[in-house]
Amino acid sequence: MVSSAAAASPVIELDGVSKTYVSPDGEIPSLKPVDFTINEGEFIVVVGPSGCGKTTLLKMIAGLLPPSGGEIRVQGHVVTKPYRDVGIVFQSALLLPWRRVLGNVMMPVEVKGLPAEEYRQRALDLLKLVGLEGFEKKYPWQLSGGMQQRVSICRALVHDPKIMLMDEPFGALDAMTRERMNVELQRIQRETGKTVFLITHSIPEAVFLADRVLVMTPRPGTVAAVYDIDLPRPRTLDLLSNPAFAELTQKIRAHFSDSGID
Amino acid sequence: MPASRTGAVQRVVTSAWLRPVLFLVLMIVAWDLTIRIFHIPPYQIPAPKDVLVTLWNDGPELLGQAVPTTLATIYGFLLSAVFGILCAMLIAGSRTVESYVYPLLVFSQSVPKIAIAPLFVVWFGFGLFPKVLSAVMLGFFPVVVSAVQGFKSVEPDMADLARAMEASRLQMFRMISLPHAMPAIFSGLKVSITLAVVGAVVGEFVGSNSGIGFVLQRSIGNFELPTMFAALVILALIGVILFWILDVIERLVIPWHASQRADLVMGS
Repeated sequence: MVSSAAAASPVIELDGVSKTYVSPDGEIPSLKPVDFTINEGEFIVVVGPSGCGKTTLLKMIAGLLPPSGGEIRVQGHVVTKPYRDVGIVFQSALLLPWRRVLGNVMMPVEVKGLPAEEYRQRALDLLKLVGLEGFEKKYPWQLSGGMQQRVSICRALVHDPKIMLMDEPFGALDAMTRERMNVELQRIQRETGKTVFLITHSIPEAVFLADRVLVMTPRPGTVAAVYDIDLPRPRTLDLLSNPAFAELTQKIRAHFSDSGID
Repeated sequence: MPASRTGAVQRVVTSAWLRPVLFLVLMIVAWDLTIRIFHIPPYQIPAPKDVLVTLWNDGPELLGQAVPTTLATIYGFLLSAVFGILCAMLIAGSRTVESYVYPLLVFSQSVPKIAIAPLFVVWFGFGLFPKVLSAVMLGFFPVVVSAVQGFKSVEPDMADLARAMEASRLQMFRMISLPHAMPAIFSGLKVSITLAVVGAVVGEFVGSNSGIGFVLQRSIGNFELPTMFAALVILALIGVILFWILDVIERLVIPWHASQRADLVMGS
């Protein structure tokens, strides 16, 4: 019933992680201490009001920002700088306009100095997986927004990282494309077995995708609640009209109306 | 047959170069008419015909004089490009360098640069070098300003993404910042090359015995207005041709850029 991840070992461990930004006007607390453990192959979705430190949390897990307090461990190692086993997708696809689709997907391989020939096939397989076969030679601006974001997902996966960090990856897409991308992302995650940490503003998206939903409080953010989403997989868009689904979204939404944020 | 002929005519009529050429012809006609109507003496404004005759007769000599001017322009431009881009890299790459250098660089632009040109003659004599320096003096700044702007306009998320890929500073620069800055750099280079022509001519004004600038000054001194106008035409041609070459290079180097995309779509 519960996802297969439950029995697996922890991949990401947050141990009292907090963040305070120092500005000329004084210290701005962004994140109050967070304790949380993410298991291998688990799909974690974070929802929370704007400015609650979700992105800060993601950047700290990626090793892009040092935490002000506490410790982040990934596969047992304390994170102090960026490391190999992570792929990131941001809200905007951030493709390099001078590189063709395949060149964009291959970028991490080039940066890390991995054997190009071997990974080229993997890049092509990934493009096929996201339904972009035949688009390898196109330039990013020749693709739609949804297609660009799929390319950026391939780029995040090309070096076969264990962890995928996604910061509102579908926030810039229209509602219909977004739903389709949710179904695809679920499929990609199931086929690749990645551990995913995804941030979103959309509660239905969170419930649809997640094994567990992490609800955060307004700034300075911390974990308000964690919901296990025991809905069976693979999930289809029919789920959106399922009473169990509606009940979960309602519960999560209640957090935000309680705290006066709607 | 008639269909293809009208097609060819249509292509000529709608071609991009026709309109400026037509306008130029119109201006020359207006110039000629003005002289005739207002009886302007040739020592004030020469007739277009006299300029053309001078261009035809003195053409070889003028072209010969164009060589040192063009060389000074090109050397000056290349130095501006190389040092401008290097300087911009340092400014964009280091807050410290930026805080020390950039304000002074901007301030230096308020110094009337042309007034400094005679100094180069004092220091370096009458050869090619002071002319090149004068061209650099004018051509350098626009390259720096646009390149700094180009290097600095990389999105913070893009930089984060590259850092998350464990990219080194060199990789970041080579794979992201430099290509990203190319369109801005090229717009700076285009301004730079036209200013480098001006710089070279100014260098020739203040101290030289060859070049178009020298011809301009000599012909003014002797009231040879047709020669002077002919020299101006040659000078304009130098500027236009160099600009055009740069434009072609730009198309080759950044075919992906938005300003070039129409060609690419048609090509694919």
